Amino acid sequence: MTAKLIELKNVAKRFKSADGSARSVLEGVDFELADGEIVALLGQSGSGKSTLLRIIAGLISADGGEVKYRQQPLYGPANGVSMVFQSFALFPWLTVQQNVELGLEARGVSQDERAKRAEAAIELIGLSGFEGALPRELSGGMKQRVGIARALVMEPDVLLMDEAFSALDVLTGEQLRDDMLELWDGKDTPMRGMLIVSHNIEEAVLMADRILIFASDPGRVRAELRISLPRPRDADSVEVRALIDQVYALMTARAPRAGKATEEAVSLHLGYRLPEADVSRIEGLLELLADDPFHGRADLPQLAEETDLTDDELLPAADALHLLGLAQLAHGDIVMTPLGKRYVEGEDVRQEVFGQQLLAHVPLAAHIRHSLEQEPSGELPEGPFLKLLRESLDAEEAERVLKVAIEWGRYGEVFEYNYHTGMIHLPEGEDEDEGQG
Amino acid sequence: MIKFQYLPRQVVESSGNRWDWALLPLVLAVLVLMAFGARQMAHPYQVGAPLPISLDTLYLPYYLLRTTLRMFIALAASLVFACVFAALAAKVRAAEKVLVPLLDILQSIPILGFLSITVTGFIALFPGNLLGVECAAIFAIFTSQAWNMAFSLYQSLRTVPGELKEASRIFQLSGWQRFWRLELPFAMPQLLWNMMMSMSGGWFFVVASEAISVSNQNIKLPGIGSYIATAIEARDMGAIGWAIAAMAIGILLYDQLFFRPLLAWADKFRFEADGSEAGQSSWLLTLLRRTDKLQTLVRAALRVVERSFSLFRREYDGTSIRARPQPPNELWSRAWDAVIAALVLFAGWRLVNFILGEVGLAEVGHVFVLGIYTLIRVLVLIALAALVWVPVGIWIGMNPRWAERLQALAQLLAAFPANLMFPLAVMFIVHFKLSPNLWLSPLMVLGTQWYILFNVIAGASNIPTELRYASRNLGLKGWLRWKRYLLPAVFPSFVTGAITASGGSWNASIVAEYVSWGDTTLQAQGLGSYIAQMTTAGDFPRIALGIGVMCVFVMGLNHFVWRKLYSLAEDRMHF
Repeated sequence: MTAKLIELKNVAKRFKSADGSARSVLEGVDFELADGEIVALLGQSGSGKSTLLRIIAGLISADGGEVKYRQQPLYGPANGVSMVFQSFALFPWLTVQQNVELGLEARGVSQDERAKRAEAAIELIGLSGFEGALPRELSGGMKQRVGIARALVMEPDVLLMDEAFSALDVLTGEQLRDDMLELWDGKDTPMRGMLIVSHNIEEAVLMADRILIFASDPGRVRAELRISLPRPRDADSVEVRALIDQVYALMTARAPRAGKATEEAVSLHLGYRLPEADVSRIEGLLELLADDPFHGRADLPQLAEETDLTDDELLPAADALHLLGLAQLAHGDIVMTPLGKRYVEGEDVRQEVFGQQLLAHVPLAAHIRHSLEQEPSGELPEGPFLKLLRESLDAEEAERVLKVAIEWGRYGEVFEYNYHTGMIHLPEGEDEDEGQG
Repeated sequence: MIKFQYLPRQVVESSGNRWDWALLPLVLAVLVLMAFGARQMAHPYQVGAPLPISLDTLYLPYYLLRTTLRMFIALAASLVFACVFAALAAKVRAAEKVLVPLLDILQSIPILGFLSITVTGFIALFPGNLLGVECAAIFAIFTSQAWNMAFSLYQSLRTVPGELKEASRIFQLSGWQRFWRLELPFAMPQLLWNMMMSMSGGWFFVVASEAISVSNQNIKLPGIGSYIATAIEARDMGAIGWAIAAMAIGILLYDQLFFRPLLAWADKFRFEADGSEAGQSSWLLTLLRRTDKLQTLVRAALRVVERSFSLFRREYDGTSIRARPQPPNELWSRAWDAVIAALVLFAGWRLVNFILGEVGLAEVGHVFVLGIYTLIRVLVLIALAALVWVPVGIWIGMNPRWAERLQALAQLLAAFPANLMFPLAVMFIVHFKLSPNLWLSPLMVLGTQWYILFNVIAGASNIPTELRYASRNLGLKGWLRWKRYLLPAVFPSFVTGAITASGGSWNASIVAEYVSWGDTTLQAQGLGSYIAQMTTAGDFPRIALGIGVMCVFVMGLNHFVWRKLYSLAEDRMHF
């Protein structure tokens, strides 16, 4: 009986990359948002979940497939769909009240009506007394309340939340999340469906009726998890902990590829999205894993709690450990490998081991090193490598991946990089050896 | 509107409050003066009839009024131009392809060049009336103000933060609503800053634009510029002193009555949320905000804009068939490109024909050589100015007590028309029998060096405190301190200043290489004097040639030197 609010069939989205070739961001995505449902989208950055949200918002159009809102094809932002933004997107020169009234004003609602509805929304979200304030006078949590009031005042069927709580501190984020759920369950609003893009696994588990986990390259739905626990859910209850564990396992499970778990890394392709993790965090995580109370084996949610890292900080670091063969991810657990143990114990062999593992398991690093060795001068501009990456990644992502590769390469003394000239070169002192060899 | 109902009863019901009464004389005085000045503009006039300019100081306030009025009219025109230009260029791809390069070229055309080409046309537009000459003068001032405003607005429109753009689409703002609610407010601080710069730049050309001598016609519009020109002809040093004083008062007045309040008001449009920069304050704005009736007037004006929102709104949402994106027509865009290319080719062909027919290749070569002389002057002088003002600017910037005051002074100096000092230079050179080729050159940077100074001051005062502590802690001394710490720290702001100074110097070369005092005229070999000379002679083909060559030089310098330095500074040397 449940009507579909949003319905996507076989949706694809390609972006033109800098060199003109099309790059697929989403492929064959089917999705629906039913009446009375909260759905959360989880996935690595670059997996296309934000793109999907923007397609539903009508901000960008799909290249293939069907997008429908209440059985009608969608060509642009619909009146019944509203959105809350990650960094609030408030107009800094408008007061709280003017910000909230913005959408009504655009629709040509009369001033009295506008003021009445804005006041109701402001009161609903707990901002009374702040009507005349400018956004810059407010704290982050209050700003996001304005963002929510501005979306709710439009009386949307569907509310989209793009990492709405991730720019806030943990406590404020949780508070606001609970308030949102209270509003949802209170049925004071005409909201019929909510779609959340999140980085925070706990947040998704506590809020959603359904969690979709996205895989990247191209972005697609990899797994789906239904949650039928009644809200409000207790973050410390056994059921919720089990669910969080399960999501961690789904998130860290690799896409089915040829080969066994240990050989996966080898089958990585050149344009693999290296995780955004700096060396000190990778090492810090490994050391923590080796220590009390984990002794080389940890449950990811527990590790997150211990390290105070958010999910989008912890997961890339764990991913990096796995990539480099220093630890293994399985079923939401992380287990140190013997090499990882040696790494932690041998302070002075670390850089060498790091370099070896980098060359063995990260094709991009190996490719760069190999290319440099072919050059008599031992150096090459970064441009061609970037171009190579852009074949499978967008320009920004390509730059990020190369930056990660360069940082890792520098640490492992595999190659060096000159920021001023943009040249990648073999480490100093190795040039002569290469010349002779 | 909402605030209104919280006001105490007696304020709401009485007719205005005491602040209204305090400001009333000021408002009335401004209105009366504007009406009076405007009436004087449309004066019957025949070409050739003399317009007497009196050197009596009693007339100075009147002349100041006329000049200021002209400048504000030009500023208003520039603002409208900037809005239309920026909106078109930022939103219509086809227009952008033409407009942006066009602005680049217009920007590098020397301002006096416009005057010499357009004045006859304007006079013909209003026969028997002074309005034609007025228009020509206003147009000349407009050309000194409009380009940087248009460019700044265009840049701002293109850099509106993505999330705000998305929000405005989610909430279905129409193009009209988006311009007023998002784009214009976002661009406001930058635009105001550029308006102030434009106003300063305008003063420099007031003398030239009011005392028009084209094709042997000598027209002097009543105004400060003509007063100065007359004083120079009469070798009256005292009168020049009075004119300088009047000008300073004028600058002070519109700064206090116009720009300060606007800047203080525009503080709320600053996008960065950091409260580090101290906001501007203005006594006038504070007064205005306390008034009641005057505020109601302003609000009524704002309400008209807001009314227009419901008129120009989107009539449909994303589920409507009308929102379906139209695939861009490749054919049209190709055709457009072809039309542009054809026009450029045609213009190029005509230009070559024209140059070969009217002036000959030898002359073109000669003008290029002259251009190289002027180029050398500009570069050497900028280098010299940098050598002097960078250390001074750093020293001032590091002493916060001095920084703020001296920075304001440097800005005032930049606004000050340096051509007023030229007579002194002429007397000096004639007295000591010096070479004009060498000694006229410093005049080019007389007015523009201050841009370097105040930018460096700003840069130095923005050096993070921690970095200062660190450099002291490490015991950086002598040359090492300059090389590793101070010079790199102010490099970006130096480049910004030097770009402005270089552009201004090219413009100034027309005035600075060809200077007169009474009947003594000194001339330096260069492109500027060539243009000035041809303008006096009314030789249009050669004016066009000179202007064209100067464009080539300015654009070349911008492209190959300044833009490189700028991107270097952007990439590597900022905090």
